[in-house]
Amino acid sequence: MKRLIPVLALLASPAMAQDKPVLTVYAGDYITSEWGPGPKIEEGFEAICACDLKFVTGDVLPRILMEGEGTQADVVFGLNTDVTARARASGLFAPHGQDTSDMSLPVEWTDPIFLPYNWGETAFIYDETRTPNPPKTFAELLDAPDDLKIVIQDPRASISGLALLLWVKAVYGDKAPEAWAKLAPKVLTVTKGWSESYGMFTEGEADMVLSYTTSPAYHIEAEKDLTKKAMIFPEGHYFMAELTAQLKGTDQPELAQKFMDWVLTPDFQSVIPLANWSLPAKLPQDQWPPVMRDLPRPEKTLFYTEDEAEALRQPALDEWLAAFSQ
Amino acid sequence: MAGGVLAVRPGARSGWGGAATAALLAALILGTLAAVAVYAGGLSGLGPWDWRAVWFTIWQAALSASLSAALAVPVAKALARRDFPGRAVLVTLLGAPFILPVIVAIMGLVSVFGRNGVINGALTALGLPEISIYGWQGVILAHVFFNLPLSVRLILQGWQAIPAERFRLAESLGFAPGDIARHLERPMLRAVLPGVWLAVFLVCLTSFAVALALGGGPKATTVELAIYQAFRFDFDMGRAATLGLVQVGLCLAAMAIASRVTIPSAFGAGMDGAVALRGPGGWRRVGDAAAILLAAGFLLWPMLSVIVAGLPRIAGLEASVWDAAMRSVVMALVSAFAALVLGLVLALAIARGAGRWVEAAGMLPLIASPLVLGTGLYLILRIWVTPQQIALPVTVAINAIMALPFVLRALIPAARAMQDDFGRLAASLDLNGWPLLRYLVLPRLARPLGFAGGLAAALAMGDLGVITLFASDQPTLPLKLYQLMNAYRMGDAAACAVLLMAISFALFWVFDKGGRLRA
Repeated sequence: MKRLIPVLALLASPAMAQDKPVLTVYAGDYITSEWGPGPKIEEGFEAICACDLKFVTGDVLPRILMEGEGTQADVVFGLNTDVTARARASGLFAPHGQDTSDMSLPVEWTDPIFLPYNWGETAFIYDETRTPNPPKTFAELLDAPDDLKIVIQDPRASISGLALLLWVKAVYGDKAPEAWAKLAPKVLTVTKGWSESYGMFTEGEADMVLSYTTSPAYHIEAEKDLTKKAMIFPEGHYFMAELTAQLKGTDQPELAQKFMDWVLTPDFQSVIPLANWSLPAKLPQDQWPPVMRDLPRPEKTLFYTEDEAEALRQPALDEWLAAFSQ
Repeated sequence: MAGGVLAVRPGARSGWGGAATAALLAALILGTLAAVAVYAGGLSGLGPWDWRAVWFTIWQAALSASLSAALAVPVAKALARRDFPGRAVLVTLLGAPFILPVIVAIMGLVSVFGRNGVINGALTALGLPEISIYGWQGVILAHVFFNLPLSVRLILQGWQAIPAERFRLAESLGFAPGDIARHLERPMLRAVLPGVWLAVFLVCLTSFAVALALGGGPKATTVELAIYQAFRFDFDMGRAATLGLVQVGLCLAAMAIASRVTIPSAFGAGMDGAVALRGPGGWRRVGDAAAILLAAGFLLWPMLSVIVAGLPRIAGLEASVWDAAMRSVVMALVSAFAALVLGLVLALAIARGAGRWVEAAGMLPLIASPLVLGTGLYLILRIWVTPQQIALPVTVAINAIMALPFVLRALIPAARAMQDDFGRLAASLDLNGWPLLRYLVLPRLARPLGFAGGLAAALAMGDLGVITLFASDQPTLPLKLYQLMNAYRMGDAAACAVLLMAISFALFWVFDKGGRLRA
């Protein structure tokens, strides 16, 4: 990139000349779309950095791992908590240098490399006009009649599907196979991604969908629809966060660090709730939009450490596969 | 590329253009697979779940292909021998499901056959038990929905390729429908059906999203999903490469079997007079009507329900969606043109008797795992260029190559017939180069070229960027659809789906119509 800039400057007309440094951020395309938080983040950072923030969209982690040391990325944005072990093992990332002792997260965050910028918890969403008496506990859900139909995501292809796997493991431990055996007949189908599942739910094809505790906020805020709700279980809900990190080999270390320093500021954090439909990682609750503040919250949050999750992934997947292949 | 066609003297066994194109294709498909394997440091072994996926993939593809081909025969027969108002429009419309983006088709199928669908509503009203489309039956249903149109079109072309003189001769000899079937139709089917079956089988081999949305769970795991998992979740490129190799092996085996059972028909040349559409009366008339009505209902209803759901919101779509639509249209047109040029070079070489490997190479893109192809290409190209700089050209090129097998399926039979019937005449006239193209090839192949171009354009339109690794900041229309869904905007996504469907269909219609005008 550096070598290209003088060439581009020669080609550009004086009015177009861009001598601003470029911060290259790899992110998922749902982030950078005009309906995601990307555009606001770009605008916000460019207002303070005297630089050009350039999103490069695609499969963030597979791409970084393939590119290795030669990657163009200065920052990655949108990694999930379940892939940090493999991302960390690559040795490509540098510490974020932020104080994470005072976050608005339900779990303690001590990771020096990966910095959460939003979070949420897995939950089953239902429509109260179709399911007036939803199960009140996870156990009640398992014992519900089998004509209650749920759509979930495949843990082999989707992060929310994987989170469900860990959620069930965290609640039921060694009894997870029995729990899956009870849940399986109620699972209408297993989709590749979250969006296909959610579409089936809003179309009325399924009664419930595996999603997040924050999903009802979209319906309330954007559609004035109060009928979509998350079932809050006393057994607890599984924690998921989206993370950002800077690359060790970046050619813009000051800018990358400046981005890390900016992520936890109210300026950035206040964008998250209504652009990403998730909760901000560091923002006092009284500054949350009312719709997020008023959402029912689980009393108990479940979360495995990176090493635990990595160790559980394959055995839990085998249990899931076994239950769904009966 | 067209230079290959022009340089070839008709009557020569085959041209270097065809061989070179085929070699390039094989190098691309197998080379990207090798690149992934080399990156991984070798192939790695498969687990029991991978083998289950291989088995499920094979049997669902075989069943889907057999059903699609078998159901297509009565429909194609009815369409071939009956004339009725709107027949031409119906033939074009029936082609539509094949070109639907998968996600749109699934929305449509669910709205008709799903739990809350029309069919189950009617069954419940009649006090009958509900049907479920979730499970292997849903996968097969969706595959037949996608591939019945392709099968009908290919078989219909076979029917139309029987010279009108043969039907007139049969009529003057007082042939009953059974005699016509024995002497004309069955030999044609023997020639056409194996190719149709093979094409559908191969499409279903690499099925991914269909199996995942309607499969009902991990029992319906296909090889392509196993590859996705190996890439995305396990970062096990060695396993991905092994699975990719298994897919190539399955494809080659299927092609070998199909080629053994194909017997070329030999009707000889005709004068190209129009066949009078006069089918037999009596119960056969009722049967034909039923075949056409059932097929039309099955294929058009799901599309209609997608339209009803999304149409009202189309006007409200953001400008960026329309920008993406324009971008997608341009990309689809370039892809289609490239696919036609490549396809014509290959089809002419094959018709002139190029080695079987040329045909095999032309079919390879069908079973190349898009994931392996994209990743391999990425690994190779990133040595020279920054991937996002070439995202759009690479997507266009890949789409052209992915459409090539369908283009070939449509062109090869017509090119063979042309070579058999006119090859010697062209050689004796020393017809060559541009005149050969202008006076023989393009007029004779106009119909399949139009059809193939329409397919290629529509498939490119609906493709969700084969390669997310090359992601670009210039989104295509299918990517916009996913972005809308990911932002909870399901209503706008439904409108976007209608727009995508309408454009895909319009592209297909324009090409197809153009081809039929010339014939």
